[in-house]
Amino acid sequence: MDTEVLRSYLPLFWEALILTVRIGWLGIALAFAIGIITSALLHFKVPVLSAVAKVYIELFRNTPLLVQLFFIYYGLPVLGFQVSAEGCGIAGLGLLGGSYMAETIRSGLDAVPLSQTESALALGMNKRQLFGSIVLPQAFSTSVPALVANVIFLLKETSVFSAISLMDLMFTAKDLIGLYYDTTEALFLLVIFYVIMLLPVSIAGSFIEKKARFRIFG
Amino acid sequence: MGMEKEVLKIEHIHKKFDDLTVLEDVSLTVHEGEIIVIVGPSGCGKSTFLRCLNGLEEINEGHIYIDEEPVNPAGKNITKIRERIGMVFQSYDLFPHKTILENVCLAPVKVQKRKKDEVKEEALKLLERVGLSAKVNSFPRQLSGGQKQRVAIVRALIMHPEVLLFDEVTAALDPEMVREVLDVMLDLAKQKRTMLIVTHEMAFARAVADRVIFLDGGHIVEDADPKQFFDSPKTDRAKKFLSTFEFEEK
Repeated sequence: MDTEVLRSYLPLFWEALILTVRIGWLGIALAFAIGIITSALLHFKVPVLSAVAKVYIELFRNTPLLVQLFFIYYGLPVLGFQVSAEGCGIAGLGLLGGSYMAETIRSGLDAVPLSQTESALALGMNKRQLFGSIVLPQAFSTSVPALVANVIFLLKETSVFSAISLMDLMFTAKDLIGLYYDTTEALFLLVIFYVIMLLPVSIAGSFIEKKARFRIFG
Repeated sequence: MGMEKEVLKIEHIHKKFDDLTVLEDVSLTVHEGEIIVIVGPSGCGKSTFLRCLNGLEEINEGHIYIDEEPVNPAGKNITKIRERIGMVFQSYDLFPHKTILENVCLAPVKVQKRKKDEVKEEALKLLERVGLSAKVNSFPRQLSGGQKQRVAIVRALIMHPEVLLFDEVTAALDPEMVREVLDVMLDLAKQKRTMLIVTHEMAFARAVADRVIFLDGGHIVEDADPKQFFDSPKTDRAKKFLSTFEFEEK
């Protein structure tokens, strides 16, 4: 492996990492927001909207991100909406992730004993207070491992962003291989940079898991 | 008693779970400061009755009023009504992710929008009164059953409810912890709190009750003062029920 080549590639990979992380985290934040709202609709069996939520989940869980990205990237302009490639990436990741997060959080919500809901209601809480202060925090604690798995999965899914011309890590590696044929060096850096991006998430995940478990289960 | 204000009025309520009738034409008036103990065999509808009073269960027929305001679980003001009716459950149901102090302060701050400092001060006073000053920063899992139940009582009290409902609050406790919880309730009785207590602790019922309601098969079978109920029950069903608590000597 040529260290000179590695060194010359570094700034490009670094830039790609920043872009990937930025889009990745914005998409994941969107996924959490969608997931929480969708799971609440399902948990409280809100008429009509919970059916919409179910259709949404099945639609986005059962289609590849690549296909969703194509739809957003090429489909929205047809409908008259101009969205940047970055916006498409965030929206795609958010929508795909939202469907996964919704199911994960819902399973956590369902695991909170009904008696918790009843004692909160007996104290005069409304549904919003009940959900935000009592049910959701407990659901999160039990769902942390699955949520962390979702986050890692979503960050890895960013590798299809190159299809809509976003210069993420995968795009950069492919591009460099295409230009200079330094396949080994480019792939080596690709692996390293994915690990750099995801290892902290794994570590933070197990830390949060321990904390969350301790609060509830000791 | 006749002069006291009527706090709760329950008129001809019926409650069914699918085909199973749990309460049939139950009526009861609770006056301010009155302590009513509800006894009866398992499955007689005691717990369901209490749960109807704060709208945790929907009634199929009849009316419930607190201070002349109807209790309707589907109504807009149900949360306001629940603030006025405190309830303590058999399984404590403290919030496991919150400390003892947070458990107590949550509803007054979030629901009643009271000032944090004022609520905290009252919480500390109440927790001290039930002997739990040392536990304010602990989590529920670090407490014994009896301690948890005392916190649950404080959590209900801090809302300043007009009525307190106790649903078999000592049934899940080890015998040596029953007393510490009953002592807290005796203290409340001395303060002339309006309380409805479902319990299997007959000696306690006798000591604390102004009235004993004997519920069986979804009906109020007897409504009497405790001395009369425990010494000379009128109905055979009550006699039979009370005899299950006695043992003949060898």
